[in-house]
Amino acid sequence: MKKQIGIYICHCGTNIAATVDCEELVHFSGTLPGVKIARDYRYLCSDPGQDLIKKDIQELSLDRVVIAACSPRMHETTFRNLLSAEGINPYLLNIANIREQCSWVHQDRAMATEKARHILRAAVARVLGHEALTPRKFGIQPSVLIVGAGIAGIQAALNIASGGMKVTLVEKAPFIGGHMAQLDKTFPTLDCSSCIFTPKTVEVARSRQIELLVSSEVTEVMGFVGNFKTKIRKNPTYVDFIKCTGCGDCVDACVLKKGVPSEFEEGMARRRAIYIPFPQAVPLKAVVDKESCLLLSKGKCKKTCVEACKAGAIDFDQKEEVIEKEVGSIIIATGYDPFDPHLLPQYGYGVYDNIITGLQFERLSSPSGPNRGEILLGNGTVPKAIAFLHCIGSRDENTNLHCSRICCMASMKQAHLAKEKTGAEIYEFYIDINAFGKGYQEFYKRVREEGIYFIRGKGSEIFKRDGRLVVAAEDTLLGTPVEIPVDMAVLGTGLTARRDAERVAQTFGISRSADGFFMEAHPKLRPVATQVDGIFLAGCCQGPKDIPDTVAQASAAAAEVMSLLTRGEIEVEPTIATIDPELCAGCKLCIEICPHSAIEFLEMKGISAVNEALCKGCGACTAICPNKAARQNHFTQSQVLAEVEGLVT
Amino acid sequence: MKIDPKTFVHDFQLNICIQCGTCTGGCPVKFRSPLNMRRLVRESYFTENFSSISKRPELWACTTCSTCSLRCPSGVKNVELIMGIRNFLANKGEVPSTIRDALENTLLQGNPWGRFRDRRADWAKDLGVKIFGEETSETLFYVGCAPSYDPRVQSVSTALVRIFQKAGVDFGILGKKESCCGNEIRRMGEQALFKKLAKDNTALFKKSGVKRIITISPHCYNAIKNEYSDLNIPVQHYTQVLADLIEAGKLNLSKRLGISATFHDPCFLGKQNKVFDEPRKILTSIPGCDYIEMERSRERSLCCEGGGGRMWAEGGTEGKRNGEIRIREAVALGAKTLATACPFCLLTFEDSVKTSGLSEQIVVKDIAELVGEAMEVV
Repeated sequence: MKKQIGIYICHCGTNIAATVDCEELVHFSGTLPGVKIARDYRYLCSDPGQDLIKKDIQELSLDRVVIAACSPRMHETTFRNLLSAEGINPYLLNIANIREQCSWVHQDRAMATEKARHILRAAVARVLGHEALTPRKFGIQPSVLIVGAGIAGIQAALNIASGGMKVTLVEKAPFIGGHMAQLDKTFPTLDCSSCIFTPKTVEVARSRQIELLVSSEVTEVMGFVGNFKTKIRKNPTYVDFIKCTGCGDCVDACVLKKGVPSEFEEGMARRRAIYIPFPQAVPLKAVVDKESCLLLSKGKCKKTCVEACKAGAIDFDQKEEVIEKEVGSIIIATGYDPFDPHLLPQYGYGVYDNIITGLQFERLSSPSGPNRGEILLGNGTVPKAIAFLHCIGSRDENTNLHCSRICCMASMKQAHLAKEKTGAEIYEFYIDINAFGKGYQEFYKRVREEGIYFIRGKGSEIFKRDGRLVVAAEDTLLGTPVEIPVDMAVLGTGLTARRDAERVAQTFGISRSADGFFMEAHPKLRPVATQVDGIFLAGCCQGPKDIPDTVAQASAAAAEVMSLLTRGEIEVEPTIATIDPELCAGCKLCIEICPHSAIEFLEMKGISAVNEALCKGCGACTAICPNKAARQNHFTQSQVLAEVEGLVT
Repeated sequence: MKIDPKTFVHDFQLNICIQCGTCTGGCPVKFRSPLNMRRLVRESYFTENFSSISKRPELWACTTCSTCSLRCPSGVKNVELIMGIRNFLANKGEVPSTIRDALENTLLQGNPWGRFRDRRADWAKDLGVKIFGEETSETLFYVGCAPSYDPRVQSVSTALVRIFQKAGVDFGILGKKESCCGNEIRRMGEQALFKKLAKDNTALFKKSGVKRIITISPHCYNAIKNEYSDLNIPVQHYTQVLADLIEAGKLNLSKRLGISATFHDPCFLGKQNKVFDEPRKILTSIPGCDYIEMERSRERSLCCEGGGGRMWAEGGTEGKRNGEIRIREAVALGAKTLATACPFCLLTFEDSVKTSGLSEQIVVKDIAELVGEAMEVV
């Protein structure tokens, strides 16, 4: 059948018309092959502009359209929809970009018009070879995997569960709650963290929609949006959670009396080898740490815990389990690691007593913590002076360049608590106070009114003199160096990407930004999506955040997931690669180069084949295939060569 | 000659300073001089005229210990800025007279004290040491100026020669041909003279067929290792060599010394070049040496004020010297020996022991001397 092309040249007001002679382009279009009609118009994207095209399609039986206008990123979808509505396959459209690539970047009208002619000729040459393409559709599993059960993962899980969908919530630790469970009070409202948080953790445990897997890690993710096939390794806890009542008799019976530093208490207290992480833990079950358990690490123990357990829940034969889950979407909410201040030896952390991190202070100040909320020095006395040092491991070329966002407020909140509980003289050593959130400036004012001293200068070092800690800094507002003796120093340690972030990124096929955190699809417009369709981010794994921002992002991720899952099926762009089984020699070069792991090798046939759902249409396989068996829809060799020829003729 | 402040901004990254004061807060002379590194960076960034800034005597108080640059969260090159301003002064001939003499002496005699070049190796006359040119070796024992001429430091040089000989280390010295390494010269602002020394020394090392270099002074170690751009010969501080020899069981530390010792980390060895463990390994391997760690050790070691040309500068500081603070800290710890591994630290501390009247309580020793005593070779 004879191809009937309609060409439409847009003035874009004066954006194009001022530099490119549009009337001349109309005349020129008439000389091109297959062209039935050519017109120009002030704004083609407007309703009257579109009506003009529609009318031509109907009256002149056009079967292909070229729009010479702005970038396809602007209006390709607009005109594709127009073609669809008129019964023409939308892939029989081509956009000739004569604005961004021509009128906007040139001044000489004659030369710009000449360039536009070339662009137009290329577009027409290409559209002649266009093929009708149909998007593929896939069903979606109506279930979600959430990785990490801190406040972000919990919030997202509860949102999705209340929408009626199934959630598998996987947590590496033996309990849920993450860092928020460790906090004493939260800024700026001074709500008790566990008071506002415990109802949520309890709700997770109660929800029928949520399957909770603690002591578990995701080890493998295959498949694609709507149809992820995942493997989860459930590590042995050596306690049968169904039998365990959480009574704690085993803990008391454990022979490891001196214990090991408690992870939950940030090393401020010790725990036994079998332990319940903290009194409000969900699930409230005992677990065995195989590193410190004498039986598991040394092979020798009297097993007093087994004797003590009336429920018979302790099972040293427990093995790791692999659980397979098929889910439609995934939310990653793996959180952060606090900065390790050993890396900045000038602050004497680990050398002197009473130099602690922000999180350690939280445990000290928490009513459920090792001191029942009393702020005491290592020797049990009340500190008379306390220094808080900001930006330890943040905003520092030597460690992490990013601002950790929460430390200013956390430090000021801790200063308030310390002042209230001890009456000590409090010094805040800061560079800038980043109090950006709702009610944060007001809180900053409040703590100033409480008589906390703010010294504008970063702490340079901490050393000991006459039995006291001395913080050396400069009061930069006075221009005077200071050395202030204190009894306790709290390092405002920053937030860093998890130590295993790279492994997690590889498991899920997502990227990381320069700061080590997981990368969002667009920093402003797609802040919770990743580059992998169907995988979303929530909380500090994407970058440092306070609790309000974390909760907001978690809810946003939940909303994204639900809008995806309720669709029931997904449409995949047809501009993907195919491999001609007749031409494929099975060399596997395409499998190696494919960045999306979208090509499988069919052992039976000895050839490669594209997984249509995974292929993103990047074209890498097409370029590398020595037999030209790989072919990229909408970017075939003949289409691209025709376009190039049109440009250079 | 005029200086373009924009060059300074670019070269020393003054525009990225966030004025946090970490530099001033950690400066070892912050209470001893009006030098305020943070303010200097800001003033240098905004000034139209370097002449007024460069006239301040406190510019010579900086010991170039580099605590400021090492801790700076923004990567400002504070110490290079100081050296840049001093270079500006050196080019104009406006450096203090004592500094000028040290620079001239180095140009003429190859050492800042102006001692005769011909007498540089006199200390080694009777020690049976190979001299490059007469004999060859793969290992150069680069002695340096203070260890060649200063009678106090010569005993460190002698001890090391005897230790190496006893341990069977084959080495040679350059003798009269050795010249200043230039570390302090560059820090006093004479960039051109430094470049000449680096070029001549590099040529001499290569011509002599040297395959590795051992230095006594951490200052020489720093310059040769980090600032000789065309060298490509491995450089070791002697503490690294001795620690290796102990590890290999090649040092016979037979005599119990019966001392309690602490160690002062020299800035150019410790915080600047991260050699922390080797000196401690040596001291804890000496029999009868009860080792005590100082409060301000390793990265937090308090500069003795002997570097950055301070050995030749006069004034610019007031109040109690860091050397005296350090000696008192060591005495308070119960140490009877303050060990160090740097000629400048050795000299400043010995001086401080005398000025604080504590010669009864404590002695200052170089680690090499203690090893020599334990091996009974000195």
